[in-house]
Amino acid sequence: MSGDVVSAVKTNRTTMSAMALIAVILVVAFLAAGAVGPAIVVAVINASIRGTVPIALGAMSGILSERSGIVNIGIEGMMLLAAYVGFMINVGLSSGGAPTALQAEPVRLILSILGGVLIGGLTGLLHALLSIRYKVDQIISGTVINTLALGLTGYFYLAGATTQGRLPPVISNPFKQDAGLLFWIGEIVFNKGLVTYLMVLVVITVTIALFRTPWGLRTRAIGEHPRAADTLGINVHRLQYTNLFFSGCAAGLAGVFLTLEAVGIFERGMTNGRGFIALAVMIFGKWHPLGAAAGALLFGFATALQGQLQFFNIQIPHQFVGMLPYLLTVIVLAGFVGRARPPAHVGKPYEVE
Amino acid sequence: MPSNEVVLEVIGVTKRFPGVLANHDVNLTLHKGEILALLGENGAGKSTLMNIIYGLYHADSGTIKLKGKEVHFASPREAIHSGIGMVHQHFQLIPVMTVAENVVLGEEVTDGAFLDRQEAARRVRALSEQYRLEVDPNAVIEELPVGVQQRVEIIKALYRDAEILILDEPTAVLTPQEVQELFKIMRDLAARGVSIIFITHKLKEVLAVAHRIVVMRDGEVVGTVLPEESTQESLAALMVGREVLLRVNKPPARPKEVVLEVENLSAYDDRGHHAVNNVSFVVRSGEVVGVAGVQGNGQTELVEVLTGLRPAAGGHVRINGKDLTNASPRAVTASGTGHVPEDRHRFGMVSSYTVAENLVLNVYYAPPYSTAPSLRQLPFVTVLYAALALGVFAILAVIWNALWKAALWPLVLGLHGIADVEAASRQEMAGPELFGMLALLVMALLFAYVAHRVATLIMGRLQPVIAPFLKRGGENGGVVLDHDRVDHNAVTLVKQFDIRTPSVTTTGGSLSGGNQQKMVVAREFGRRPRLLIAAQPTRGIDVGSIEFIHQQLVSQRDAGAAVLLVSAELDEIMALSDRIVVMYKGSVVATVNADSVTREQVGLLMAGASAEDVLGQVPAAVPALA
Repeated sequence: MSGDVVSAVKTNRTTMSAMALIAVILVVAFLAAGAVGPAIVVAVINASIRGTVPIALGAMSGILSERSGIVNIGIEGMMLLAAYVGFMINVGLSSGGAPTALQAEPVRLILSILGGVLIGGLTGLLHALLSIRYKVDQIISGTVINTLALGLTGYFYLAGATTQGRLPPVISNPFKQDAGLLFWIGEIVFNKGLVTYLMVLVVITVTIALFRTPWGLRTRAIGEHPRAADTLGINVHRLQYTNLFFSGCAAGLAGVFLTLEAVGIFERGMTNGRGFIALAVMIFGKWHPLGAAAGALLFGFATALQGQLQFFNIQIPHQFVGMLPYLLTVIVLAGFVGRARPPAHVGKPYEVE
Repeated sequence: MPSNEVVLEVIGVTKRFPGVLANHDVNLTLHKGEILALLGENGAGKSTLMNIIYGLYHADSGTIKLKGKEVHFASPREAIHSGIGMVHQHFQLIPVMTVAENVVLGEEVTDGAFLDRQEAARRVRALSEQYRLEVDPNAVIEELPVGVQQRVEIIKALYRDAEILILDEPTAVLTPQEVQELFKIMRDLAARGVSIIFITHKLKEVLAVAHRIVVMRDGEVVGTVLPEESTQESLAALMVGREVLLRVNKPPARPKEVVLEVENLSAYDDRGHHAVNNVSFVVRSGEVVGVAGVQGNGQTELVEVLTGLRPAAGGHVRINGKDLTNASPRAVTASGTGHVPEDRHRFGMVSSYTVAENLVLNVYYAPPYSTAPSLRQLPFVTVLYAALALGVFAILAVIWNALWKAALWPLVLGLHGIADVEAASRQEMAGPELFGMLALLVMALLFAYVAHRVATLIMGRLQPVIAPFLKRGGENGGVVLDHDRVDHNAVTLVKQFDIRTPSVTTTGGSLSGGNQQKMVVAREFGRRPRLLIAAQPTRGIDVGSIEFIHQQLVSQRDAGAAVLLVSAELDEIMALSDRIVVMYKGSVVATVNADSVTREQVGLLMAGASAEDVLGQVPAAVPALA
């Protein structure tokens, strides 16, 4: 009994210190906000959201996969492939040769998104095939996908490819500058591309589906105790394949966000570790979609803050400021993960009797 | 009482696995509302038969009829849909989910696209009340005692409208009281028309609950008997194929000096919770002290601490008066302790090692098995070996070179029709370079291998010659294993302990469970230990081997060993112990003389009842250090 108490106290202490750290950051941020005015605050919030979208989607990818019992460290690769394919479809449809019907604004971009998401899903299926059918170690399989994605996209990378533009805001801010607070809130709520709203939708859908539907119950069951699910007639492997496809799709959406909404062009290795951060965030959120989304927001905020800090003329080398989000990840993981409990059967291949 | 309506019929089922005939022409009928016991030793084919009925395996030949209709199940799902439910020996429950979630999994109650939790909980509660199973649908599985978890498994089957319930070794994890409750539930279910197949190897239980008993041996049904007409002895004989001595012949103990002294010992389990709390007891030479307790009440951790496998959080362990608290396993072994671990596959043996190697795992490092040279002489031996190997390598190279020049090279040239060797060698003979290099590499490896074998051979022959020049390996042993002695030891032990193995070079993993356990027992008992710690020494093995191991335990005691017996089988504890230590939630709740308590009293103590309540005014409680 007292062992429980001891560890509980210990956990509380780390949680407390992490909380304190976050509080300090927030206080600093708001003090800065008071000093710099609403324009910069809104800019930081918008930058936070931009940073959050791919991480949150990546974390959803991880949750879908790991809740079904399969470790997915290939999120990075799936994102990168989808980013590339989405971008290249956009490039192809933007060129003169493409049918004009497909060149038109919403069609072209939606096709690009779909293409990227699909390639993500297919990569997810590849991961499933390797780790279920061929029983490749799931870490190795994920690494293969990361390496493959990096190599393929690097090899086929076209310098100077151009498009007719990226995703426009779905709804522009209807408020004028003189509307005061409403205008600033509008700046945050509106003026966002499709994928940002999709991200919110995906997080909500995954949460509801995972905890309120038969599919979710089965998914959690196969991640915890596949044999039990099997004895009740649930086809474990088929469900894993399906979920890995969806997992890949979520990662694909994250990738597509980078090339079609945030940046607008493709660069080599542009995912830049976001897939791994997404995994960290997933653990931070204890494999719960809402927790992971909150973690992604925290990371996105840290990214935005370090970007903003670099504009100020502070006497810290910018390299150190740039470390902030990653440092935060380490601290948060060290502080929270101690008591996080992964799905019991994650990472172990399940063999049907 | 069961009706005459036949619900399940197994006709002539045969199932063959590579090298084993698991089921041979098995026939079985099950009536509505009947409790049919399927009795047999491990490996008798009970589980195979049940897995065939449940759709996990497919029979090679034979038919299965359900209510007169022939069925072929491709998967458990189809069996479930036809009204067959199975409660597996290892529960198939998801620890982090609630009872209701576990029950409805796969057959969810939905409200549109969503789970209907209220309805699920309501149905579970209804079933639980209908069959008096007393389960809270909203409880989380991992917080429930095993007895309740088992009831959840039964509800899972009933929820799927099971009319036939297969219970695979359901009593293995239960306390005696929980077993009685389970039997009540089984009788209740049968009275409501559920037919039950009850798989077990425990004779007493079969006689207590079954309407009819089918006995299997070596994949065949060897008899169908009624409990009224059977005794434990007759069932055991049928099951094993020969007369079995069920009672252990045990002369009264003559305890002498204290060998093991445990004082206020505490330890944590793997998750950091208190597993052993302030435990004290002693074991004397010439007595068996049984540690009774339901699995998971700290016995595992206690044994691990005693044998040096787990650090103690507090207290002392003394063996032969020497403080061995937190000593290394080897120090414990060296003190004359034998340890039969509860999980033989993880801690008792190395499956891929031969029987002979397994039989020296506790002594291999010491003389006479490992002798000179010791680590100190290693440099000398290495140099000797290197010189020998290099010498052989050089000789081989020279011979090859000569052979090549004299015979092989001309032969190659001759094959190509080149007559003048001298002229041909002067020509550019640039073959594919890669091929040449590969050939060289293969050649070198071949030479190295031969050199190694020859060098070791010579070293072996030289051993007696150089031995006087080297000091023999001390307590810490040497580095050369004497295989002759290892094999000799194995042959002796195999004979002495009746281990059924084709040879001592067979791998340990290929023996049957009972013989594996005898192998572990032989190794630990064979060197006449002062202290013997036997944890679940007869778990999962056949009646014949159990009989043998029990006799060995008693004869070790009579030879003066102090025996600490940890077992979850209350019968085993009662049969062998001179004194009994009852553990509950990591603490010793009572230490009693075996002949002054009844089985029921110990059962109550194991379930957490207080010693005063159970033992009352009976002056049975013996102070730990008296």
